[in-house]
Amino acid sequence: MIDGLYKWIDNRLNISGGTRKLVNKIFPDHWSFMLGEIALYSFVILLATGVFLTLYFEPSQQQVVYHGSYLPLVGQKMSEAFQSTINLSFAVRCGLLMRQMHHWAANIFVGSIVVHMCRVFFTGGFRRPRELNWIIGVNLMIFAIFNGFLGYSLPDDLVSGTGIRISFSILESLPGGSYIATWLFGGQFPGTLLIDRFFIIHVLILPAAIAGLLAAHLGLLVKQKHTAFAGNGATEKNVVGAPMWPTFLAKTNGFLFLVAGVTALLAATVQINPIWQYGPYVPYKVSYAVQPDWYMGWLDGALRIMPSWEIVLPGHMIPNVFFPGILLPGITFTVLMFWPIIEARFRHDTLEHHILEEPRNNPWRTALGASVLAFYFVLFGASADDVLANYLSVSLNTVLVAFRYLVVLVPVIVYPVTYKICLELQHQPRASKTKRHNIVLRSADGGYSTVESAARPGDALPSFPPLPLDNLIIVGDGAGDGTNGADGAASNGSDTKRGIFRIPRSYR
Amino acid sequence: MPDSTDHDGHAEPSGHGAAGAHEPPKMVEASLDSPQFQVAAANPERVERGIAVMFVLGVVGFAGFGAAFWQNWSNVWLGVTLAVGFFGLGIGMVAWGKYLMPRGPFSESRHTNEPTDEEREVFLQDLSSRGKIALGRRSYLLKILSVAGGIFGIVAIFPLLRSLGPLPGSLFYNTSWKKGSYLVSPEGRYVHIDDLDKGGVLTVFPENDVGGPLSQTILIRPETSGYVVTAPGRETWGPEGYLAFSKVCTHAGCPVALYQKALDELLCPCHQSIFEVGPGRPATPVFGPAPRPLPQLPLYVDSKGYLRAQNRYDEPVGPGFWERGNL
Repeated sequence: MIDGLYKWIDNRLNISGGTRKLVNKIFPDHWSFMLGEIALYSFVILLATGVFLTLYFEPSQQQVVYHGSYLPLVGQKMSEAFQSTINLSFAVRCGLLMRQMHHWAANIFVGSIVVHMCRVFFTGGFRRPRELNWIIGVNLMIFAIFNGFLGYSLPDDLVSGTGIRISFSILESLPGGSYIATWLFGGQFPGTLLIDRFFIIHVLILPAAIAGLLAAHLGLLVKQKHTAFAGNGATEKNVVGAPMWPTFLAKTNGFLFLVAGVTALLAATVQINPIWQYGPYVPYKVSYAVQPDWYMGWLDGALRIMPSWEIVLPGHMIPNVFFPGILLPGITFTVLMFWPIIEARFRHDTLEHHILEEPRNNPWRTALGASVLAFYFVLFGASADDVLANYLSVSLNTVLVAFRYLVVLVPVIVYPVTYKICLELQHQPRASKTKRHNIVLRSADGGYSTVESAARPGDALPSFPPLPLDNLIIVGDGAGDGTNGADGAASNGSDTKRGIFRIPRSYR
Repeated sequence: MPDSTDHDGHAEPSGHGAAGAHEPPKMVEASLDSPQFQVAAANPERVERGIAVMFVLGVVGFAGFGAAFWQNWSNVWLGVTLAVGFFGLGIGMVAWGKYLMPRGPFSESRHTNEPTDEEREVFLQDLSSRGKIALGRRSYLLKILSVAGGIFGIVAIFPLLRSLGPLPGSLFYNTSWKKGSYLVSPEGRYVHIDDLDKGGVLTVFPENDVGGPLSQTILIRPETSGYVVTAPGRETWGPEGYLAFSKVCTHAGCPVALYQKALDELLCPCHQSIFEVGPGRPATPVFGPAPRPLPQLPLYVDSKGYLRAQNRYDEPVGPGFWERGNL
């Protein structure tokens, strides 16, 4: 029955011929290659939970009086968006779990994209021929950040409403900003349309864009094949690892479940965005210690520590928020996007690279990356300046001035320190999966050196040369039953590749 | 170990940017008894039992989720049972792939994505020669087509952009305050001269726009008596110790909601801009990113003792915007 169906489809689509290559596709094995998978799978979780949420969420700013099951809010005026979010959290079975999974998955999504991007950056994975995929990846990150912001704005609560107000102010600061802001919001802030519009951008336009870019990202990965670290027989001319079917599929599907498990566990045990504690958005109210979701933190920090400059020109004005709110992210994302081209230009590197660099072997790039990351970390810290001042019992003034210095000083210090650490590490034995002790020796004249200890029995797995799946002839007893391509004398290669994944006799 | 591979097994930095010419594949012989085809686990039976336990855990977890849903248990139960189900399946599958499948390594060859010069040339020639036949001889058609496309592009902008909202016009310059507006509390009560104690603070609106996001104004009564003169030219703006400022922060538009009585300061909780108020201090920003003072609303007390606006704000309230200019 299944056979018949398969044959029917195969005769029309030629699956057997075309998919063969995909099934044999090799995926290199390294823990850092999972980071992108986390992003992919949190996106899957976002779609699944998001569909559930749309069934109950009402994207409307129509004001209503709440009479639901959450008693502290009964009698309060709120928008239908806020009310429906409260209802889906408390009155819909499993609703709170889905909402919290959605929010956690969004945080994990952006987080894993950022960490994945760091991995690619520090190992030089963006170099030729993968510049285009880097650019696609940066755009994915931008869309993910935007969609995260829109998503947590939808409930129309007091914290997110304030965030929308700030984003309106940032839009106003653009050239033509009063037009852009009014058109996007359908009038002066807040208007009556913004939740409705944010909703359709959040659930349709940006997810479609993300899905499309994701397909392109993975398509380019398949076409250009995966990068790999040196060792284990990897060269510039091969890809070493496990084949798509069945090894990689088993691992990666298991990994999808692990990501889902972590998300579910977080949603069960760690409360996120409790809007019923913030209350509905009222334009003249605001709460203390308002922070956005973490991936907007660097922007909020930049808004806070920006000196109070504003440039007034005849008939125009460059408002204060333009510098931290438009210029900073503009420069950030532009430089990030074109980094592969900038670096290749600087280093006169026009060659193809498939073997990744160890970060320590490229101290210049590693130090620069660390320094830039430090800059954004300081900005992120600055977005909590009021909380820090409170916590450390120092004046807000001190904290703010300190951050204005730190944002310059920390990156300046991080660069040479990282550079030096990289140089030091270059003399160390290479870290690998099976770790051996390093022995520190002191010589007679007081110098120190590090050597790797000798292998003990069972210390290291024996390593074997990789078998090239696309050019393999199975010989010997294991292949002797006539279906295994024992007729490997066939000259055109394709005949010799049959059935290599028959269960070996040694494993019953 | 098979004696059959001719891979040297070492990383080779050489071979960058090899041209597209594919070398003939070198066939490699291996028997299914080669170590690469054996499972990675030293004790497959034990790993297999472990995986079975994990999958059973998955079954238990998902069944528990069903029970929790059916019984309408709390969010914690729902989430934990779901997580247990996912973890059971996930750990089991990863272990299966990692320990019970051929350990490898396997490889596939990698070729450059660059076409050869010949391929490129042939393709480009195809494009251009066909293009000449198809387009070159009828170039005026192409021109008309481009004009049509261009016009469509321009007119398409109108519904796409212009329909979205009104022109900003006076939206950014005017609030609902006008000459004689009463000051009204968020609950709709008209503010009387006796309403605030010294050191008191209240959010007020004009009577026709209660709750208005742009009209929101903060009414303060600093510890001063008589008229409070915040700046030259504003001698009559602060009667009986009352001062009113726009509550929309000039930095990013948050409500400047906190009033520190002892210091006569207004604080914006979003980005910690601080504005000094009181005699000689017209909500001047003294700390944080706010670049401009909060606009002051001129007040007077009418014959019945109600607070009213002498006039509208004399400048746009809220954050700066590109088209604002020097006002």
